[in-house]
Amino acid sequence: MAQAFFGGIHPNDQKDLTNKKPIETLPPPARVVIPMSLHIGAPCTPCVSVGDEVMVGQKVGDAPAFVSAPVHASISGRVSAVEPRIHFSGVPVMSVVIENDFNETLYWGLSPASDPDSLTPEQLSALIREAGVVGMGGATFPTHVKISSGLGKVDTVIVNASECEPCITSDHRVLLEHPDEVLGGVKLLARIFGVDRVHIAIEQNKANAAGMLKLKIEEEKAPAVVDVLPTRYPQGAEKQLCQSVTGRQVPPGALPAAIGCAVFNVVTTMAIYNAVYHGKPVTHRVVTVSGSGVNEPKNLLCPIGTPIADLLDACGGVKQETFKILMGGPMMGHAQFDMAAPIGKGTNAILAFAAKEERTVEYPACIRCGKCISVCPMHLQPVFLYQYEAAGMLPELEAAHVMDCIECGVCSYICPGRLHLVQAFRAGKQKLSNAKAAAKAAADAAKAAEEKEKEG
Amino acid sequence: MDYKALNLIGSSSPHIRTRDGAGHIMGEVLIALVLPLAFGVYNFGPRALAAAAVSVAGCCAFELLCRLLLHKNNTLGDLSAAVTGLLIAMVSPVTTPYWILLTGDFFAIVVVKQLFGGVGKNFLNPALAARAFMLSWAGEMTTWVGPRTSVPLLGVIDAETFPTPMSYLHGNDLSGLMKVTDLPKMFVGLVGGSMGEVSAMLLLLGGLFLLWRKVITWYIPVSYIGTVAALTFLFPRGNDPLQWMLCNLLGGGLMLGAIFMATDYVTSPVSHLGQAIFGVGCGLITVFIRYFGSYNEGVCYAILIMNLTVWLIDKNIKPRRFGVTRERRPSRRSGRAKKEAVRK
Repeated sequence: MAQAFFGGIHPNDQKDLTNKKPIETLPPPARVVIPMSLHIGAPCTPCVSVGDEVMVGQKVGDAPAFVSAPVHASISGRVSAVEPRIHFSGVPVMSVVIENDFNETLYWGLSPASDPDSLTPEQLSALIREAGVVGMGGATFPTHVKISSGLGKVDTVIVNASECEPCITSDHRVLLEHPDEVLGGVKLLARIFGVDRVHIAIEQNKANAAGMLKLKIEEEKAPAVVDVLPTRYPQGAEKQLCQSVTGRQVPPGALPAAIGCAVFNVVTTMAIYNAVYHGKPVTHRVVTVSGSGVNEPKNLLCPIGTPIADLLDACGGVKQETFKILMGGPMMGHAQFDMAAPIGKGTNAILAFAAKEERTVEYPACIRCGKCISVCPMHLQPVFLYQYEAAGMLPELEAAHVMDCIECGVCSYICPGRLHLVQAFRAGKQKLSNAKAAAKAAADAAKAAEEKEKEG
Repeated sequence: MDYKALNLIGSSSPHIRTRDGAGHIMGEVLIALVLPLAFGVYNFGPRALAAAAVSVAGCCAFELLCRLLLHKNNTLGDLSAAVTGLLIAMVSPVTTPYWILLTGDFFAIVVVKQLFGGVGKNFLNPALAARAFMLSWAGEMTTWVGPRTSVPLLGVIDAETFPTPMSYLHGNDLSGLMKVTDLPKMFVGLVGGSMGEVSAMLLLLGGLFLLWRKVITWYIPVSYIGTVAALTFLFPRGNDPLQWMLCNLLGGGLMLGAIFMATDYVTSPVSHLGQAIFGVGCGLITVFIRYFGSYNEGVCYAILIMNLTVWLIDKNIKPRRFGVTRERRPSRRSGRAKKEAVRK
């Protein structure tokens, strides 16, 4: 049963803004922008061109690389542009723009796998790849890669329903409204990895979903067990979740498969089920639109690629004093500046802030209180990392394990001196990898020169 | 809706922060000090309040001036100068002339704190460094008055010094101390001493408040007081170890030092184990000075000496790396080799 990870924080979760609101379907958007990069790994190449008619679920981009996942049209209509468009990461990314014909024609090629129960794990993994399933909790790591790299090593499969970020309720609502799909996915995962029970990890603040799941599991004799975990951020971070469920710690630089764990988000689990039993690729997802700046917070089911502006419009727009709009949660989300950016497969929330959330100061100053150390779930000492980074002491920074930082943000959250700790560590990591790349380039050049000399 | 009209900030995550900033924390320390100070006023008259006000004002003024002269931002808002000012008053006898308090304020804020870079950068506790400096006026700084004495608000006080519990203990005169007072009186604070150190009861209450507000952790106070208790109990001077121990805990500046001084963030280790080591070190030096020194009290110098070891403790007490068991931890040598490799 549950064991604690070290540190963590307990911010005001503000989930009551949306956790009792059923999922609504977004009015069909006039156009969607499907970026070729909706996952970690190689970006896709568009396989449609301007003027083509596409249907819901039709593939519009794919890549031959293993660590990649295809992207699909989420509405039916005509391709009006294939060009770089603004992406939620802040830079333009090659995208397919589709004008909606409002017919919602389903692609003719979509059909459930014939006799899905007889498929081997490898065949299932291939099906999951074709459907473009990636980690939908936000990390967007291709699911088929996780499955095939974990086969034979994994003894504990965890479905992540902890949803520890404040404000977000999309996973919670999916659990309440689509438990059968989620359990279907759970059964598939159990079969793929050959385990007799899958752990469904859920935080205490979603007790109603946990209770309902327990009943369902008992009724259906599903190969699953519900682990109710304390409400504590970052409970849902992959490494911390593995520790909470199994007590094992993922070694530095390794993936959970190294300790026999595989973690799948709830929505990913549902997407796996839909891919195998209905042949449905990932074209839609539930997004929580919330925060102090949103007039009517809601949980919306929207086509992937819908511009953020359409989601905010469906929630009555934002307040005039809104100073920040985020994609993702308040702890790890990305601030957005262009509302034309589309939502992606990992977008669990769009948040707008208009109150006193930010609390940054003009002159941050460390008072050495050590609170950052007592909350860091990765056992780091942010106070010293910050000093090393500020002084440009890269060897010391690396020796203090800055690369272990998961950027969860608890140190910056708790800091009474209001230091921009996580930002400094991101910069430090970048400097370190730049220095390494430069050193490698120099070594290669020296080697090449040496060889040339020998030849000459 | 036109979203282009919004004035949006694009910054790195996280996007929410806790309400409690540095000013809140220092404000809570001030709140915790209110009762012990109030007892000082009750015990020694309104001059204690006046001394505290002068010292706080002095520290704030020096801080403001310093920051202005250095063309740096104003840091009065973090309240650390106010805390330093209050603590300087509380560790001084009520008879201290105001100008000596202001000299101490100058030393604490300008020399110890601002010259080293301001809040978070000083390596000595400013209030204790000031007290050590103020002891240059040994006569004025060791003129004590008895409990429930009202001292005139202004003017030089020409009182005969009244023996504090620490002077009895330093003379190994436990029975003499017990003739003039008893343990309950010492616990409540009806004894002579510095303005803010006499009431162990209210200082402990303030400490509990800080623990409840999570401003301090228990590691330093408990290890410090525990070390002093253990040593004085094991090596008593007098025939009653328990009484000797309790007099040592309650009689001097130990409570004020262990709860409010040694726990100063800037000058104590950041890790919990480091804090425990720091507390034990403070306890050892305190008892050493009290037993073998020519000076009655050892708390101030014990903490100042341990302040100097903080960098060493912090450098050597590291948390266990996530995902690495003890056996798998790389040896010191390989770590160093790796560092060298990166440097090259």
